[in-house]
Amino acid sequence: MTGLLPGFADPVVDAQSTFRAVLEAMARPGRVQRLPAPPAPPAPLSPAAGAVLLALADGETPLWLDAGADASEWARFHAGCPVAADAGGAEFVLAVGTPPALSALEAGTDEDPHRSATLILQVAALEEGTGWRLTGPGIEHEHRLHVTGAPDGFLAQWAANRALSPRGVDVILCAGDRVAALPRGTSIKEG
Amino acid sequence: MADNSQRQHWMSILAKSNAAAIEARLADAPALPSHTRLRGPETGLVMVRGRAGGDGAPFNLGEMTVTRCAVRLADGTVGHAYLAGRDARAAELAAALDAALQDPARRPALMASVIEPLAAAQSEAREREARRAAATRVRFLAMETTR
Repeated sequence: MTGLLPGFADPVVDAQSTFRAVLEAMARPGRVQRLPAPPAPPAPLSPAAGAVLLALADGETPLWLDAGADASEWARFHAGCPVAADAGGAEFVLAVGTPPALSALEAGTDEDPHRSATLILQVAALEEGTGWRLTGPGIEHEHRLHVTGAPDGFLAQWAANRALSPRGVDVILCAGDRVAALPRGTSIKEG
Repeated sequence: MADNSQRQHWMSILAKSNAAAIEARLADAPALPSHTRLRGPETGLVMVRGRAGGDGAPFNLGEMTVTRCAVRLADGTVGHAYLAGRDARAAELAAALDAALQDPARRPALMASVIEPLAAAQSEAREREARRAAATRVRFLAMETTR
């Protein structure tokens, strides 16, 4: 344990600007957004993953994370969110290593598709312009996104997740201070 | 690490003090270690709940203003403070003192120069109030006997 670290420098403004960046990322799948003022969370969390967590999670959203005791203590202190014992019962799932299978996460119901989990997935790097070909709502022709360090078999899991529509898991990719989102309606083809 | 009842004692004394009183006591105390702010000081509302007769169904009595602060010392010790009102400076000082008081090496000096004088002042103020109230007390028994 290294002890608690501070969260956002200016909790209200920084959380709002992070929320705005996540909204923008969700509206334009595959476009990479830079976060203006991310916090310095405990290792191994990246600044972007920490910022998204603090901006989105609160006392009513159980969180599951695989980033160790320091990160879990930090999230509990600053976001006030309960920590779930298993990923299936969590509304936010934060993975820095291999994430749980998308099919193991809460996908919502046909009446309440918004009750699904959101996976905050920390990857090594995000780059626009090469890699995966993304199409779907929010994309005029095609967006390209190169993800370094995506888990093995992610595209197959994603295709199965997309087939659940309107249910399904949304993914927010984080690397350094950059975020990109994959809402459940996005179709991904290998580039 | 101090046991919980000791920590409750100093946190309660600090929660009832204002910034000027704490600063006055700190002037002749050993310097506090430097700290970084983890959260706040920030002011918010807390719902106070009550129970009729102590065992009835809980109900919302009303909201009160609370200022809280959490700080961290260089060695990783975390200090917390929750104070009624909006005194942000007092909340930060109380959190820094809570962190410093958890260190057994610093505790005796700080207890003697800050917490105990504050506790004495508070209990004296309480007694003064009680005496003023007692002076206006109506003794129904006495009235009966004079009749």
